[in-house]
Amino acid sequence: MDKLKGWKELVPGGLIVEAGNAKEYKTGDWRTEKPELNLEKCIHCFFCWAYCPDGAVIVDAETGKMLAFNYDYCKGCGICASICPAKGAITMVAE
Amino acid sequence: MAKVVGFNGNAAVAYAMKQINPDVVAAYPITPQTDCVERFAEYVSEGLVDSEFITVESEHSAMSACIGAAAAGGRVMTATAANGLALMWEMLYIAASMRLPIVMMVANRALSGNINIHCDHSDTMGARDAGWIHLFSENAQEAYDNTIQAIKIAEDLGVRLPVMVTQDGFIISHAVERVEILEDEEVKNFIGAYQACYPLLDLNNPVTYGPIDLFDYYFEHKRSQIEAIDNCLPVIERVGKEFGELSGRNYELLEGYRLEDAEYAVVALGSTCGTAREAIDSLREKGKKVGLLKMRCFRPFPRESVIEALSPVKGVAVLDRSVSFGGFGGPLFTEVRSALYDAPSRPLIINFFYGLGGRDIYPEDIEKALERTEEVVKAGKIEQHIDYLGLRE
Repeated sequence: MDKLKGWKELVPGGLIVEAGNAKEYKTGDWRTEKPELNLEKCIHCFFCWAYCPDGAVIVDAETGKMLAFNYDYCKGCGICASICPAKGAITMVAE
Repeated sequence: MAKVVGFNGNAAVAYAMKQINPDVVAAYPITPQTDCVERFAEYVSEGLVDSEFITVESEHSAMSACIGAAAAGGRVMTATAANGLALMWEMLYIAASMRLPIVMMVANRALSGNINIHCDHSDTMGARDAGWIHLFSENAQEAYDNTIQAIKIAEDLGVRLPVMVTQDGFIISHAVERVEILEDEEVKNFIGAYQACYPLLDLNNPVTYGPIDLFDYYFEHKRSQIEAIDNCLPVIERVGKEFGELSGRNYELLEGYRLEDAEYAVVALGSTCGTAREAIDSLREKGKKVGLLKMRCFRPFPRESVIEALSPVKGVAVLDRSVSFGGFGGPLFTEVRSALYDAPSRPLIINFFYGLGGRDIYPEDIEKALERTEEVVKAGKIEQHIDYLGLRE
């Protein structure tokens, strides 16, 4: 996120006047644990992609391959690791 | 010639609302304000206004509907009193924080308990920190005039804040008085067309009202809100002057009565100012140099004007019609005394509580307060800062 603004620069009433700006809020810094991907064990089932509540799993739709996690938005909830059927493909580690 | 009618305070405000013709009114009945919204509802049913009248199940919902309608881009009004205002409490802060120019009439009534339906100022004083502008009225005429001015003040692009116009419950709200009314066209031209800022119904420019606001920005937003309400004073003064040019009735932040050469002054809000004028005239006849400072604008508190008005006097009696339990004096006393701390010369100031739950105040009570103030000044010190008028021991 850009440098925080001073009070004189704010829109009156605390309004947000640009649409579609949720992506500017990088929620990744909420994380205490992060998922680590072991591609050798990944079976590319896309379960993690389907379950991730933040859309923080990066896949290649053309090749059907799991690529990585987007740590800008991954909050470290661990759902991906818990639903992963390929044992050891996703491991939660401390930040 | 201005048209003169017989209106009680509620009718006067309802008539002003008819002339303002707001887009939305959401209200819930509560004594002593009910009469006002009932009359407005009649204007709606008779097709005399274009307003969408929303009947809600509580005052919390009334203010919520007002907030939604104002954020959508409408000119919005409502009215309430006492426990109804208390039920709006959470939403009052939200209306002000979102800078929505809602105008609300409050018929001042004691906040429980025990249950009481008559006048004191505990309801709006409880809401004094919510971020609204507070204008007090001395009589039905002023309730009418303040309501029309409140629209123009609230909607000023340099203000954009909600305004409470108060009138003393029953004393003003239910007493029929002579009221001069403006022509519909005059009111329409005075307030002008409403220009919404960031309306939610502007679908081409989507905005978000009331997002979560944590430690990174909340403080800055509050700072900008402080600036907004502090900057209102010149606008309230300008609108009062413009209203004077239109109606012949000039309005200022506060009004002095026989204060120019006064040695002792009484400070009051609302209908008690009328009673105080009687007391002052009677004491002046006895050769006492006394005067009244009527506070019309309580929020924002016009600090400089108070210093200018009261710094030259020797003693001040501040009359409070509400209590700040456990505080050092009532809300008006605390503000006035604090403002005078930096004054070039400081009068001695004592606080009188009076009129709680609608107990009448008489000119003799105010004379007594001014005489006590004189005694204190002559003694050179205050033994007792807080006193009571019209109370049985």
